[in-house]
Amino acid sequence: MEQAINRPALDVSNLPTVGFGTKSITWWGIMGMMAIEGMVFALMVAAYFYLSTRSTEWPPHSNPPDLLWGTVNTLVFVISLLPNEWYRKRAHKGDVGAVRIGLVVLTLFGLANIIIRYFELKHMNTDWSIDAYGSAVWTLMGLHVVHLLTDWVDSVVLTVLFFRPDLVEGKRFADASENAGYWYFVVLSWIPIYLVIYWAPRWLHA
Amino acid sequence: MNVLSIFAAVPGFTSNQTSLNPVGPMAQRIEHTFTLIFFTTAAVYLLTMAVTAISVWKNRLHKDEFPPPEQTPTEQYKRTSIAVAGAMVISILLLFVMMVASFATSHAIGKENGRAPFEVDVYGHQWWWEVQYPQPEAYKTVVTANEIHIPTNSLVRIHGTSRDVIHSFWAPNIHGKRDLMPGYENDFVIQADEPGRWRGQCAEFCGPQHAHMSFLVVAESMDQFHNWMDAQAGTPPPPSTPQTQHGQVVFLSRACIMCHTIRGTVAGSRVGPDLTHVGSRDTIAAGTLRNNPQELAKWISNPQQIKPGVRMPPNPMPQQDLNDLVAYLESLR
Amino acid sequence: MSPELKTITGRPLTAEELAQHERLDRVWREPSGFIGWFKAVHHTTIGKRYMVTAFIFFLLAGILAAVMRLQLAMPDNHVLGPDKYDQFFTMHGTTMMFLFAVPMMFEALSVYFVPLMVGARNIAFPRLNAYSYYLYVMGGIMLYVAFFCNTGADRGWFSYVPLSGPDYGPGKRPDFWAQMITFTEVSALAVAVEVIVTVFKLRAPGMSLNRIPIMVWGEVVTAFMVLFAMPAVALSSTMLLLDRTASTQFFNPSVGGDVLLYQHLFWWFGHPEVYIIFLPGAAIVSTILAPFTRRHVFGYTVLVLSTVSIGFIAFGLWVHHMFATGIPQIAESFFTAASMMISIPSAAQVFCWIATLFTGKIVLRTPMWWVLGFLFVFVMGGMTGVFVASVPVDLQLHDTYFVVAHFHYVLIGGAVFPLFAALHYWFPKITGRMLSEKLGQLQFWLFFIGFNVTFFPMHLVGIRGMPRRVYTYPPDIGWTRLNQVESFGALLLFVSVCIFLWDVATALRRGPAAGWNPWQAGTLEWATSSPPPSYNFLHLPTVGGREPIWDDPPTQPVVTGLHDDAREYLTTRVLDAEPEGREEFPGPTIWPFLAALATTFMFIASIFRPIGFTIGAIPVAITMIGWFWPERQPAARRREREIWSRP
Repeated sequence: MEQAINRPALDVSNLPTVGFGTKSITWWGIMGMMAIEGMVFALMVAAYFYLSTRSTEWPPHSNPPDLLWGTVNTLVFVISLLPNEWYRKRAHKGDVGAVRIGLVVLTLFGLANIIIRYFELKHMNTDWSIDAYGSAVWTLMGLHVVHLLTDWVDSVVLTVLFFRPDLVEGKRFADASENAGYWYFVVLSWIPIYLVIYWAPRWLHA
Repeated sequence: MNVLSIFAAVPGFTSNQTSLNPVGPMAQRIEHTFTLIFFTTAAVYLLTMAVTAISVWKNRLHKDEFPPPEQTPTEQYKRTSIAVAGAMVISILLLFVMMVASFATSHAIGKENGRAPFEVDVYGHQWWWEVQYPQPEAYKTVVTANEIHIPTNSLVRIHGTSRDVIHSFWAPNIHGKRDLMPGYENDFVIQADEPGRWRGQCAEFCGPQHAHMSFLVVAESMDQFHNWMDAQAGTPPPPSTPQTQHGQVVFLSRACIMCHTIRGTVAGSRVGPDLTHVGSRDTIAAGTLRNNPQELAKWISNPQQIKPGVRMPPNPMPQQDLNDLVAYLESLR
Repeated sequence: MSPELKTITGRPLTAEELAQHERLDRVWREPSGFIGWFKAVHHTTIGKRYMVTAFIFFLLAGILAAVMRLQLAMPDNHVLGPDKYDQFFTMHGTTMMFLFAVPMMFEALSVYFVPLMVGARNIAFPRLNAYSYYLYVMGGIMLYVAFFCNTGADRGWFSYVPLSGPDYGPGKRPDFWAQMITFTEVSALAVAVEVIVTVFKLRAPGMSLNRIPIMVWGEVVTAFMVLFAMPAVALSSTMLLLDRTASTQFFNPSVGGDVLLYQHLFWWFGHPEVYIIFLPGAAIVSTILAPFTRRHVFGYTVLVLSTVSIGFIAFGLWVHHMFATGIPQIAESFFTAASMMISIPSAAQVFCWIATLFTGKIVLRTPMWWVLGFLFVFVMGGMTGVFVASVPVDLQLHDTYFVVAHFHYVLIGGAVFPLFAALHYWFPKITGRMLSEKLGQLQFWLFFIGFNVTFFPMHLVGIRGMPRRVYTYPPDIGWTRLNQVESFGALLLFVSVCIFLWDVATALRRGPAAGWNPWQAGTLEWATSSPPPSYNFLHLPTVGGREPIWDDPPTQPVVTGLHDDAREYLTTRVLDAEPEGREEFPGPTIWPFLAALATTFMFIASIFRPIGFTIGAIPVAITMIGWFWPERQPAARRREREIWSRP
C-alpha cells in the first residue's frame, strides 16, 4: 500500500515458530484429511446398511466374520492408545528420548495390528465376488486396511527421522504430536467399523 | 382447455408426444401445476429483470472513469433493505404456494394407485418394449411388443421393470415418466380419456439405440379394446396362400427363430419381440419404422443400417424369399 | 510483464525498499529452465496453470458440443453415428463438469486469488498444491488419450449402472471415466484442504471474519462442500471399477446388489457439485459489483449467510435427480420442499445484487456487462429449477431437453458468465495488461445472444417430447425447426469464444499496461503490482475494513519482523486474525511432480490389473517419502531460530 516506510509497523519477530494443535498448520491439514476419510467411511457404512435392506437375509447365505480375530485386534488397538497418548504429551515438551521410545512402541503395536488384520481377513467367511454383502464387507474392511498400512509406513518414516539428530527440530515434535493424533483417528474410526462388520449382522439377525 | 394455448401457435405443439396436450387426468393435473409455476415464475422473472434494467439505465455513469468509492446514504440504505425484505417475503409466499400445489397434484395422482381394473406389464429391453397383459386364465395372456392398447376413461396400472439396463417409460400426453430398473418393480396408474395414438419414448439413456426406442399407447373404446385383446390372445390361423406358406417356411428355417416367438409354430424364443400378431401393429423396430412391406423388408434384410448396434443381425436372402417372408409376417394380424 | 518497482501511487521504491525486494525475490522467485518448471510451488504459478489448462478443456468440450449440434441440426443426420455421438455427449459433459468447471471456478480461482486476497505470500501446503495440479492434468490427458483411441467414455457424464457395469459396458471406456474421477477428485480435495487452512490461519492481521472478502467466503464454503461431497463420487466410481475389474457385486440385483445405490452415492456428490460450481460464480458477482458500482456490495452479512446456507442445504437435495425411480411419497415431498427451499438464500443474494445496482453508480465496462448477463441468464435458470423441483412436473420434464436447458442456464449463467467477468476483471492483475474493451463488449453480446438462441428453444423442444441423449430424431416429429435454431446459436457462441481468444492473444503481446489497480477496486490483490511479484506483497498488510484499499486509514500498520532470507510466513487466529505464530513455506522441489507421476502410474495400471494398485503403491510411497523428507540446512536454520509457543 502507500508509503510503506511511513506506516506503523506490526512487529512479529517474537512470535513462536513451533506450535501444536490449532497453532500448527499441519494439524489443520491432518484434520482436513480426517474429515475426508471419515466421510468415506461414513458413506461406506451407509452403503453397507442400505444394501442390507435389499436382501431378506443378512448376511445372505454365509456366516458373519468370526469374532475372535476382530475382537483381539480391537483390544490391541485400544491398548495402544495408552503409549500413544503418553508420547503425544511428551512431544509437546520436546522430549526427544520419550518420543523415540513412543514411536518405536507404536510401530510395534502397528505391526501387531497388521499381522492380526491378516488373520481377520482370512476369517471373513465370504468373498467379495459372491454377493453384494461380500463386496460391501470386504470394501469396508479394505478401506481400513489401506488406512492402517499408510499410517504405519508414515510412522516408520517418522521414527527413522527421530533417530537423526540433524533432522530433529521443533517441527518434528509437531509432526510427532500429529502422528499420535492420527493414530487416534485410525483406532477410533475402527471402533464403529468393527461394530458394523462383526456385530451388525449378528444384531440384525436377532 | 389448454391454458397455454399461446404455444399452440408454435408448430407441432398440439401433437401426440407432448406434455402440453394432456389427454388424461394425470397429465391434465400436471399441466395445471406446470401452468401455475409458469405464470408465477414468469411474473417474478420479468419484474426482477425490469428492476435490474431500470437500475442500470438510471444509474449508469456517462463518463468512462472510476469516481471515488462512497457509502450509500443511510436513508436510502434503509429503504432498500425494506424493499429487499419485502421481496423476500413475497418470494417465500409464492414458493410456498407452488410447493403446496405440487404436493396436492402428487397426492391426487398417487391416490389412484391401488384401484386399477386393468394391468399391463412392461419390460424394458435394449431397445424395445416387451408388453404383457397378465390374465387369470393363462391361455388368455396377451404378449406383444412396442404397442399398448388401453380402454379410454379407465384406470390402467403399468407394472414395469427392466430385463437389462435402466429405461424410462414416458408417454407425455398421458402421464409423467417412470423408470424401469432391474431389481425393482415399479407400479403406477395411467388413464386416457381421449381416444387416439399417443406416442411414448424411452427417457433414460440406455445405450446407442436409446434414440430409437419408442412405443405407442393406443387409447380406444372398451369394445374395441376387448376385441383387440381377444384377437391378440388368439393364435393366428395357419397361412393360407402359397406365398404366405412359403414365407412361414422361410421364417422357420432361418435365424429368426433364435429370437422370436410366433404362437402356433415351433418358434418360441423370448430374446426379441413376440411376432405372433406383428401385422397388426402400427410401427416396427420400436416405433422407428412404419409397418408396411417396404419398411419391413428393409428392416429384416439389414437392421444395422437403421438401428446400428441393435441385437438383430443382417439377414441377406434372395428377394423372393424376402417378399414371401414379409407377406407372411404382414398376414399375422 | 515483470512486476513494476513502484508503489501503488507510482512512487518509485526507496533504496531500502529495493534492497528488501531483492532479498525477497531471491528467496521467492520460481526456478527457471525446463526442469525448474516442474519444481514450481508458488500459488500464482500453479493458479495460472490451472486456469490455462481448465480453459483448454472448456474449448475441447465446446468443440464436442459444436459437433453434436451439427449432428442434431437435421433429423436422421449422419455427422455422428450412435457410438461416436454417445462418446461425444459423454465427453462433453464429463469434460465440462470434471475437467473445466470445478478446476476453474474452484481450484484455479481460489489457488490464484485467495492467498492474495487474504494478504499472504503463498497458499498453505504449496507442494500439495503443485501435486494436485499435476494429478488433474494427467487425469485429463489420460481420458483424452483414451478418447482419441476410440475408448472414450460413452455412458453419460454420470455413467449409471447397469449400463456402465460389466454386463453392458464392455471394453475399457467406463474404466477410464471412473479413474479420471479419482484423479480429479483427489486433486480437488487437496485444494479444498489448502483453501480452508489458508483462509483459517493465514489471513492478514485485522481480517476478522466480518472483513473476509466475499470471494474468499465463497471459495471456503465451496471447499467445505468439496470435502463432504467428493468422497461420495470417489466411492461410487471405485465401486463401479471394482464391479468391472474385480468381480464385486455392488450393483448386481441378482445377488443383493442395487442399481440405485450407485445413483444415491453419485447424486450425494452430484447435487453439491453444481453448487460447488455456482458458489464461486456468485462470489465473483459480489466481488465485481463493488468496484463497478463504486461502493460496498449491498448486504454483506446476508450474502455470506446465504452462501453458507446454500452450502448446507445443497446436501439435502440429491434425490430430486431420482424422482422418476419410484421413491416413496414422503421422500418425494421432502426433497421437493428442500429443492424449493434452496431458492430462498439464492433469491436473497439476487435481491442484494440488484439492490447494489439500484443504489450504485454503475460503470458499464465489460466485467459489468457479464455480471448483468449473469443476472438475466442465471435467474431464468433458477425459475426453471422450480419446475423441476416439483415432482409431478419433473416427471414430465426429467431427462428431456427442458432439463438440458435448465442446467445450461444455471451453469453457463451461474459459472461461465461470472467466469468471463472474472477473466476480464482479473486479466490485468494476472498479466499486467488490459484486454480490449471494444472486443470485450462485442464478445459479450455475441455470447449472450448466441447462448439464448441455442438454449431457450430447448425448453420448448423438451416439453414437446424430445428426450436427452438422443443421437437423432425422426423427421416428422416436429422437432426439426427448433433444433436448427439451437444449432445456429451454437455458431454464435463459437464465434464469440474465438473473439475472446483473439483478444487475449493480442493483449498479451501489446495490450496497454494495467498498473496496480485499473478498476480502482478495494480488495488486497489490487494492493500490489500487476502481475504480483514472486513474494506477493513487499510489506505484508494488515487490514481494518472489508475493502482495505478503500476503508483503511493511511496509518494502517504493515507487518515487519519476518525473516526475509527464508520463506517465513505469519499465522493468525481463526476468528479475529490476531497474529499467532510463524512458520516456513517449503521452496521449489521436484517431488510433487514425481509423486504425481507415480500416482498416475498406479491409477492407470489398476484399471488394467487390480494388482496394479498394490505394485503402483510402491513408487507412490517412495516419492511421498522423498517429498516429506526434511533437508538438513533449513532444519538447522530453523532449529537455531526456534521459539516454542507457550502451552
